Amino acid sequence: MTAAPAIEARGLRRVFRVRQGLFAEPRQVVAVDDVSFSVPAGSVLGVVGESGCGKSTLARLILGLLPPSAGDVLVDGKRLAELDRRARARLIQPVFQDPFASLNPRRRVKDIVAMPLAAQGDVPSAAMASRVAEMLARVGLSEEQGERYPAQLSGGQRQRVAIARALVLRPRIVVCDEPTSALDVSVQAQILNLLAELRRELGLTYLFISHNLAVVEHVASEVAVMYLGRIVERSEAEALFRAPGHPYTRALLASVLTPEPGLGVPDVGLGDAMPDPANIPPGCRFHPRCPQAFDRCPREAPAAWATAGGFAECHLLEPTAPAGLAGAGASQRQLAR
Amino acid sequence: MLDVRGLRVEFGGRTAAVRGASLRVSKGETHCLVGESGCGKSVTALAVMNLLARGAKRDAEVLSFAGQDLLRLSDSRMSRLRGDRMAMIFQEPMTSLNPAYTVGSQMTEVLRRHRGTPRAQAVDRAAELLGLVGITAPGMRLGQYPHQLSGGLRQRVMIAMALMCDPELLVADEPTTALDVTVQAQILRLLATLRRDLGLGILLITHDLGVVARVADRVSVMYAGEVVESAPTAELFAAPRHPYTRGLLRCVPVPGKTRRGEPLGSIPGVVPRIPPGFRGCAFRDRCEHAAPNCAGAVPRRPAGPEHEFLCTLPADWTLREAAA
Ligand SMILES: Nc1ncnc2c1ncn2[C@@H]1O[C@H](COP(=O)(O)OP(=O)(O)OP(=O)(O)O)[C@@H](O)[C@H]1O
Ligand SMILES: Nc1ncnc2c1ncn2[C@@H]1O[C@H](COP(=O)(O)OP(=O)(O)O)[C@@H](O)[C@H]1O
Ligand code: SF4
Ligand code: SF4
Ligand SMILES: [Mg+2]
Ligand SMILES: [Mg+2]
Repeated sequence: MTAAPAIEARGLRRVFRVRQGLFAEPRQVVAVDDVSFSVPAGSVLGVVGESGCGKSTLARLILGLLPPSAGDVLVDGKRLAELDRRARARLIQPVFQDPFASLNPRRRVKDIVAMPLAAQGDVPSAAMASRVAEMLARVGLSEEQGERYPAQLSGGQRQRVAIARALVLRPRIVVCDEPTSALDVSVQAQILNLLAELRRELGLTYLFISHNLAVVEHVASEVAVMYLGRIVERSEAEALFRAPGHPYTRALLASVLTPEPGLGVPDVGLGDAMPDPANIPPGCRFHPRCPQAFDRCPREAPAAWATAGGFAECHLLEPTAPAGLAGAGASQRQLAR
Repeated sequence: MLDVRGLRVEFGGRTAAVRGASLRVSKGETHCLVGESGCGKSVTALAVMNLLARGAKRDAEVLSFAGQDLLRLSDSRMSRLRGDRMAMIFQEPMTSLNPAYTVGSQMTEVLRRHRGTPRAQAVDRAAELLGLVGITAPGMRLGQYPHQLSGGLRQRVMIAMALMCDPELLVADEPTTALDVTVQAQILRLLATLRRDLGLGILLITHDLGVVARVADRVSVMYAGEVVESAPTAELFAAPRHPYTRGLLRCVPVPGKTRRGEPLGSIPGVVPRIPPGFRGCAFRDRCEHAAPNCAGAVPRRPAGPEHEFLCTLPADWTLREAAA
């Protein structure tokens, strides 16, 4: 028997009701729509997609910070809904994009890092102090920096504080939501290296959210591509970057501007029809922007078809799709989902 | 067209934000200014446009645009130039869009103020420009308020607004940093088209070396208020000389190039705040090549006909190191 996956999402859905004006009918925003996946212990699932596609909502569902409208989250084989806050905190912890917003400005760094321990209620204070000191050193902060307030640190140092706080309870899983998006490339590299080191040493599992595909390629073992609340492609990372199956994934990959002069800026071919999660298009939700859309796309939602490294939801990958349009190298059979 | 030499900006005698920066932008050229946050890029742009906060002290050996000395221009003549022959776009579009007015009324106001263009004609021009920046239903957008638009659309509106008076120079401060990569690619393609078709000179500020590589003709790397390296784009990426430039390039993950799972190169520490009167190389506490003489005068060395870097290392140090 194999061990339970570190994270398992089963048919997750989250709907928000938003009112645009005082008298307007409330509208439904489907931020996460029927999302299922599992992350094996010790691996990194990268989640990519444009702003507003539901990445942070998914992160909050997995962390138990937001109840799902439907579906279930299992962490380490246990249903999240059945765990109390303290048990949850020992298993899974977050690192968010903006360390400034997520750190209490009126507390010293060492007290911020001690908070999760204190919240457990049964850790003796001597043990607490030594765990905090150990953790600060581990993320590259000095004892003196532990005495400071968040405002007295740089952005990169604040993100180190957030990482120390996330790891002080020795969780198995860390959900990183855009952990380096607010940082300079030089500092981003420091933080990515630190996260990679910690994962190896502590055997952590990451759910790693980023809109930067180059970063995801560097850290993830598997990648989920989100579009308007759905995972439209999921694949082993190397195969995704070599042979993307979904037209949206191809557009995202084409938009990555690598530092290679002379290549110019690619024509991504997506037009200016911006996706609106309060108004999800019928059929394939990507069809208004898809450069390859054909008559079937607005009428019929695509099933998940096998690709080189996983699956993608696109009619073109169906074995009976018009000849020559199907993605190269895909072993084509419909996936049981 | 734009000639900046020895630009200095100080804030209240405590911070020397720009320390003798020089750069030029020719007609139809895109010049990128790149560096980490806090290194003085925005202050340089604001100094050129004379939009610095009160209390900032600006000084330069030369600061001229299309033959006019900007240092001697009166405030009223400068504000006539701004938005007319030289225009600026900001990272956050809401800094230049007024939430209380429709896109159409803000765009036409620019033309009416600078040129006295009649309303109907100004509306036509606004619609034409919205089309040019890739907005599919210009008529509808003209009647909308900024908050009704997505971030990408707002950024396009701001670019269209900056183009109302056919400027010769566009100063763009991180125009795509807040946008999705897909939208970023569209906006950058647009800027490249405008450069080609209208001969627009662009000073593009960014911290993203990917953007630099793909759009710049020429690059200036800024660190702690100084231009530490300047070169044509291909040369800068092929043969960077300044240790800071080389460090920055090593930090960027490149799919297919950087090894997955292996550590990225990184630069320890952060950009320091430099007080007026600072001597020596400001990068020395982060530089792996720092030597005692780096605390003294630092020479600007030529590394090619159009390539210079500010460092005590000899021009051919990278070759020597590679040979060793
Ligand atoms: N509390 C809420 N109430 C109403 N709508 C919400 C709420 N939280 C999120 N949404 C909506 O759900 C959708 C998904 O939002 P989410 O924050 O998950 O996106 P994201 O992918 O993380 O975007 P970004 O890249 O900008 O961080 C958006 O349309 C957002 O406006
Ligand atoms: N109005 C101001 N008052 C004081 N210091 C400022 C002001 N604006 C910018 N600075 C300082 O000038 C330096 C350069 O800032 P800036 O040009 O904004 O950097 P960036 O390269 O990120 O655009 C920083 O140290 C910043 O704190
Ligand atoms: S199903 Fe149609 S619209 Fe959707 S991604 Fe595939 S080709 Fe494009
Ligand atoms: S002058 Fe010295 S410290 Fe500065 S970049 Fe050159 S070698 Fe490094
Ligand atoms: Mg988010
Ligand atoms: Mg700036």
